[in-house]
Amino acid sequence: MTGWRTLLYKEVLRFWNVAFQTIAAPVLTAVLYLLIFGHVLEDKVEVFPGVGYTSFLIPGLVMMSVLQNAFANSSSSLIQSRINGNLVFLLVSPLSHRAWYAAYVGASVVRGLAVGCGVFLVTVWFAPPHFAEPWWILVFALLGAGMLGSMGLIAGLWAERFDQMAAFQNFVIMPMTFLSGVFYSVHSLPGVWQTVSHLNPFFYMIDGFRRGFFGVSDVSPWLSLAVVGASFLAVAALTLRLLASGYKLRQ
Amino acid sequence: MPATSASSTRPAVRFDHVAKTYSGARGTLRALDGVTFDIEEGEFFGLLGPNGAGKTTLISVLAGLVRATEGRVTVMGHDVVDDYAAARRSLGIVPQELVFDPFFTVREALRIQSGYFGVKGNDAWIDELLHSLGLADKANANMRQLSGGMKRRVLVAQALVHRPPVIVLDEPTAGVDVELRQTLWQFIAGLNKQGHTVLLTTHYLEEAEALCGRIAMLKTGRVVALDRTANLLAGTASTMLRFRTDDPLPADMAAQARVTGRIAQVTARDAAEVETLLGRLRAAGVRVEELEIGRADLEDVFLEIMAKEPLA
Repeated sequence: MTGWRTLLYKEVLRFWNVAFQTIAAPVLTAVLYLLIFGHVLEDKVEVFPGVGYTSFLIPGLVMMSVLQNAFANSSSSLIQSRINGNLVFLLVSPLSHRAWYAAYVGASVVRGLAVGCGVFLVTVWFAPPHFAEPWWILVFALLGAGMLGSMGLIAGLWAERFDQMAAFQNFVIMPMTFLSGVFYSVHSLPGVWQTVSHLNPFFYMIDGFRRGFFGVSDVSPWLSLAVVGASFLAVAALTLRLLASGYKLRQ
Repeated sequence: MPATSASSTRPAVRFDHVAKTYSGARGTLRALDGVTFDIEEGEFFGLLGPNGAGKTTLISVLAGLVRATEGRVTVMGHDVVDDYAAARRSLGIVPQELVFDPFFTVREALRIQSGYFGVKGNDAWIDELLHSLGLADKANANMRQLSGGMKRRVLVAQALVHRPPVIVLDEPTAGVDVELRQTLWQFIAGLNKQGHTVLLTTHYLEEAEALCGRIAMLKTGRVVALDRTANLLAGTASTMLRFRTDDPLPADMAAQARVTGRIAQVTARDAAEVETLLGRLRAAGVRVEELEIGRADLEDVFLEIMAKEPLA
């Protein structure tokens, strides 16, 4: 166990030690969304022909959980370590900025996928799953979790207090996840909001992910892959640059 | 400095014209102002200075926690910026703040720290550290359950997991009880005997006097004294006058005196100056009781040097 793998292990152990809060709680939240929205809207909304609303909603909720928890893992770990001061143990180590990135984002992906799998397993009781094009499920889950893990690192570096972190979460992450088509197809939105949604990279993550389940999507999965892949690379490059420069880490 | 240069002349730590300026809304602060000195391999070196003198900033530059505005620092010949990985592998830092990761046990924390430095299978050394620091029975306790003194010991162990040749202790005994202080100094002195270089900052000047072979004093970011401890003690006022009084001292004498409640201490160069001082006290009508004359210690030297140097 050396270098970045130690940090990855430590970051995984950190959330695993409090799994009730970091895995069970978000699974319950997602199931509550499904119970309430699924029950209310099941007979009233049909987004894709032949797909019930509950079935439609499940992949969106799974992906939303993956994204939110990937973000929560790196952001909360980093800001807690900075505020507690125990980040010094890492700062005095010889680990490179690439090692930091790989470990923090890696642990975010693990947490995101763990919660995503948890949500999926529970929702199987509500509607039988389809796996029309399963490779898209894996590709978009990994890219989405990686991107949100990176954004969590950026937020963890930028925020100096917990309220700034909450602001980042409430004013950036939450709107982007909710306006991404988790609960609806963007085709059902008025024109201007459709345009806005198409500017949101989270829309492509959800749309591509859902494609893997139903084999239908609002846009081509290849377009989604291009947008999500490019967004991920841009965010990863920015995060690596911030880490390398010691932004807010080394005065 | 290339790695191939003669290792016999390479210092363990080199501070070369290190300056650090903080710019903020309230103007700029020059925390370090051209600090230059070397610490040789195997030295037990003391870094002293009043609060705000720049001790912690200097150590933070050494550790890579703060980036110098000017100048450079090397550890065992490795530049702390350009060759940071090698520099940090050579360095073990015990931070001043009592920080810990609440998610882990003592052993987990030490294993993780070993892993950061790429040290595999370190349990034998970890056990030795736990034993030497009196932590053996706390190995599986969560960090949260430890007392302040125990947490301090874990910080020392964490700094040593990778057996660094250079050990830096930033005020390690602040708020620590006598027993732990003794254990700690025995342990650190033992490491120094084995060849480890030790850099220490402390407010307890009697500790520095007892432990450090050489001392640098910092004031407002500058080195104002740098010499062997023995020379510092010999080279300044060597006689100390100690007495009890209820009366105020003459103003110029008060400025250089150590006053603890009703006990006052002033230093003198020789017997003649002792007589002069006593004469002046009598002339000022100061009633002197329980008079003692003894040798000056490092605290007297420190106060004299700090009073002599004009403020920047």
